[in-house]
Amino acid sequence: MKLKALLINKLFWPLTLLFLLLFLLLPHSISCRHRSASSPQEIILATTTSLYDSGLLDELLPVFEKETGFKVKPIAVGSGEALAMGKRGDADLLLVHAPEMENEFMAGNFGVRREELMASDFVLVGPAEDPAMVKGLPFAEALARIAELRHPFVSRGDKSGTHLLETKLWAKLGLRPAGAWYWQTGQGMAETLRIASEKQAYTLADYPTYHQLSSGLRLSVLSRDPNYQNIYSAILPRNVKNRGNETGGKRLLEFLLSQEARQIITSFGVKQGETESLFRLLK
Amino acid sequence: MIQLSEIWPVIWLTLLISGLATIISFVLALPAALFLYFQEFPGRKIVLSLIHTGMGLPPVVVGLFVALLLWRSGPLGSLGLMYTPAAMLIAQIIIAWRIIAGLTWAALQQVDPTLILQAKALGASRLQLALTLFREARLGQISAVIAAFGAVVSEVGAVLMVGGNIKGYTRVLTTAILQETRLGNFSLAIILALILLGLSFAVNWLLTSWQQKGTKSWRLPSWK
Repeated sequence: MKLKALLINKLFWPLTLLFLLLFLLLPHSISCRHRSASSPQEIILATTTSLYDSGLLDELLPVFEKETGFKVKPIAVGSGEALAMGKRGDADLLLVHAPEMENEFMAGNFGVRREELMASDFVLVGPAEDPAMVKGLPFAEALARIAELRHPFVSRGDKSGTHLLETKLWAKLGLRPAGAWYWQTGQGMAETLRIASEKQAYTLADYPTYHQLSSGLRLSVLSRDPNYQNIYSAILPRNVKNRGNETGGKRLLEFLLSQEARQIITSFGVKQGETESLFRLLK
Repeated sequence: MIQLSEIWPVIWLTLLISGLATIISFVLALPAALFLYFQEFPGRKIVLSLIHTGMGLPPVVVGLFVALLLWRSGPLGSLGLMYTPAAMLIAQIIIAWRIIAGLTWAALQQVDPTLILQAKALGASRLQLALTLFREARLGQISAVIAAFGAVVSEVGAVLMVGGNIKGYTRVLTTAILQETRLGNFSLAIILALILLGLSFAVNWLLTSWQQKGTKSWRLPSWK
């Protein structure tokens, strides 16, 4: 009896080990199956949320996938995070809109190639009654006025391209916004616009996202500033330790610069009932 | 407007990942719970406290942990698992495991200790003891499975982080709801939410009826 108990007592450990082993091997076996299917042709595209939400990528990527056989995985993040992913080698191509940070990225030798793809407008949106009377003012003046009146302003606060523009404007004004009127959401453009709408506050937004959501928002476009364009560029990051899919990233970048892609980009806004395109081509 | 054909894969992946994660983590958690029940060892209380702490761990933290491991720059990056359903499954297994391990152990604790003594007196082997315990605590274990399934099917932060919410590939109901809400498509978000609720209800109904079937045999004690 004692012997038997001891045996089973001893069996307990191997059993536990077996389960542990199973647990460790399981992801591997899944990955092997998955790998043979699609992994070598996978492209991880770290993209800013505004492009993702606008639906433009849904038009572009299937065309590319059909032509080349690559599978593109668009991951929607802020520009700051996208660049961080590129630095670590966790993405094969970046679509971002934060020129200063991009230049830093390129200067730091983290990127191989940077191409400006297209532009859209930044807009200052707020309640239609415009309590701070900023309609038609350039961005800097408008923000100074909002700050002076301490009218509620919603900031992205997430190091996105839009947030960087805002920080730049505050810096230009020599202001450090703080207090009960200044809210930082730390979230994407869509969430931030919705919060601004609920609180009837002002916020800076990229026009395509605003346009996409405008029917559900109680916000109007109050000003556009020709000095500030929202420039989207594609960056091919350095292939850190050869982990990424450099060929795929290159092919996707070339596709985005191709005549075919430019055609899709130009016609994109028009299809959505706009008279002019939501995204303008740069070159 | 989204088509029904685009919703099917989302529903299917949700069921597949939540179901598989629950089953796998049950298989992994049961031996652990039994081991903790039977084996006295130094630091046992610490291990239990850790599991209980884990039960309160936000899934997003699990997601972050899994992401750090699976990113190309991470130690397991060469497996190419990031932004795949497999990565979501791993995160979900961890999320379900801590719940099942904690609740199963609690269910085992509630088994009348005299039963164990009796079984031991009758010469039950360790394996037989474990089986007896497992049978006696089955109601609590089904509850644990129900709780774990509920946790994984409703989870959004971790699967978004490691799955990436890629359309037609890693999008599940919760992340689809999040996406449609941010885009202002509230009606679609509500439809998806209702589908999620219906799905969750169907699975729980099955599990509950299984659980209830187990109670019938001793619902009316003879002494009453």
